[in-house]
Amino acid sequence: MIAVTVIDREGKKHEFEAPTDMGLNLMELCRINELPIKGTCGGMALCASCHVYVQSDHTLPEQSDSELDMLDQAFFVEPNSRLSCQIRLTDALNGLTVQLAPDDAEE
Amino acid sequence: MISSFQHSMDQKFIETDILIIGAGPVGLFAVFEAGLLKMRCHLIDILSQPGGQLTEIYPKKPIYDIPGYPSILAGDLIDQLMKQIEPFKPGFTLGERAESVEKQADGRWKVITNKGRVHVAPVMFIAGGLGSFEPRKPPIDNIVSYEGKGVDYFVRNPETYRGKRIVIAGGGDSALDWTIYLANEVKSLTLIHRRTEFRGALDSVEKVRHLAASGKINLITNSQVVGLEGTDKLDNVLVRHDSEGPSKLEADYFLPLFGLTPKLGPIADWGLALERGAVEVNTLDYSTTVPGIFAVGDVNTYPGKLKLILCGFHEATLACQGAYNLVNPGKKLSFKYTTVTGIEGLSTQDSPS
Ligand SMILES: Cc1cc2nc3c(=O)[nH]c(=O)nc-3n(C[C@H](O)[C@H](O)[C@H](O)COP(=O)(O)OP(=O)(O)OC[C@H]3O[C@@H](n4cnc5c(N)ncnc54)[C@H](O)[C@@H]3O)c2cc1C
Repeated sequence: MIAVTVIDREGKKHEFEAPTDMGLNLMELCRINELPIKGTCGGMALCASCHVYVQSDHTLPEQSDSELDMLDQAFFVEPNSRLSCQIRLTDALNGLTVQLAPDDAEE
Repeated sequence: MISSFQHSMDQKFIETDILIIGAGPVGLFAVFEAGLLKMRCHLIDILSQPGGQLTEIYPKKPIYDIPGYPSILAGDLIDQLMKQIEPFKPGFTLGERAESVEKQADGRWKVITNKGRVHVAPVMFIAGGLGSFEPRKPPIDNIVSYEGKGVDYFVRNPETYRGKRIVIAGGGDSALDWTIYLANEVKSLTLIHRRTEFRGALDSVEKVRHLAASGKINLITNSQVVGLEGTDKLDNVLVRHDSEGPSKLEADYFLPLFGLTPKLGPIADWGLALERGAVEVNTLDYSTTVPGIFAVGDVNTYPGKLKLILCGFHEATLACQGAYNLVNPGKKLSFKYTTVTGIEGLSTQDSPS
């Protein structure tokens, strides 16, 4: 189990205990906990609906080409932008803190 | 394949037995099951091609959980479905959004699209998936007020841009392809991209770089469009470079090409009971809370719902049974296997039953 903090779009902090032995990624953790993250493509880095800003300074998995490509099309992109479906939860990520990016499908 | 169906695109008024909103895999398979029961179908989709998420989001990805196919590319599954429903001659209204639904005095539904095309049927299937695929609009404050006055999210008619000053934003295939296509037609063309690399097809990236090097287009990277100016129509596009700061470009048209995203859209306004943006149905026949309207595929919800193609196929099959009684009041339906009856197509001339 690791501790993960997700800050929602209203600035509210959600603290979760997440298992690391289930191959869970951060997008899935958010969805299980009913945070408003779409995850339209199911976790293949084929959309940008799980865009987050990483606030803690953990070493994260490298960005794949497809993640870079999707972030390329996303809006509100910052240097700490990541697709949460590409962040697999491992023991090394204990204390991870992220904030949900704005939902760019909303007008 | 679509061309044989295009006849319906020049009709302003369309009548059918089952009007299907959404031409994703589930809407397409509904045509087959309806056809077995001799009911005619017409589909409406905002996309210009059938296939929903499969053709729009992941045409080249293999799917592994379609019964009978150990693996099939999403695009190929749609081609196969189109072949399977061909004998039943469905009509298609493509590139239009089903906007309003109204019950006529004769009890039939009247659905009007954003282009004003009228569709009438006794039964409606909502197979709208995650919603209608709409262009992603960049977060520029006043962008909406310039829509139709210089801001276009699609290239509908390239002729519009002949001899004009164009600014395109985006780094994907459509931004690259339109840059290449329009480069020679327009007065000036600027392509603005947030990064230095492009994610489009290599060949297109090469072409765009070549056009930039030869001065045919103006390529601005590491930049974003942050504002629009103009009194009655677009005059200027405001650009911000990551390190060099703001600049201003004179432009007649701004084309932000950032792909599409599904939005539930008008379906939410049709008086159906919704739960978290999905249409509630009775799993007996996938009917909604409004008699005569069924909902199948990703758009519906019920206890145990899974958003899977295979589940959508099942839902569509049962919904056709429910629809039969409404399309053919008083007639009894007898259940038959396709192995017994084969496929008896419907002809294009057939009027709705
Ligand atoms: C990347 C990815 C991978 C997937 N992998 C699998 C898998 O392996 N196996 C599996 O079973 N499922 C998979 N799915 C899910 C599967 O794609 C969906 O379950 C399926 O597409 C649902 O089909 P549908 O016909 O209900 O809706 P959709 O495919 O979403 O089609 C709905 C259509 O309705 C149109 N529409 C909506 N509203 C309107 C309107 N008002 N007017 C006009 N048109 C409208 C939309 O434009 C769209 O084309 C995957 C999905 C994604 C994104």
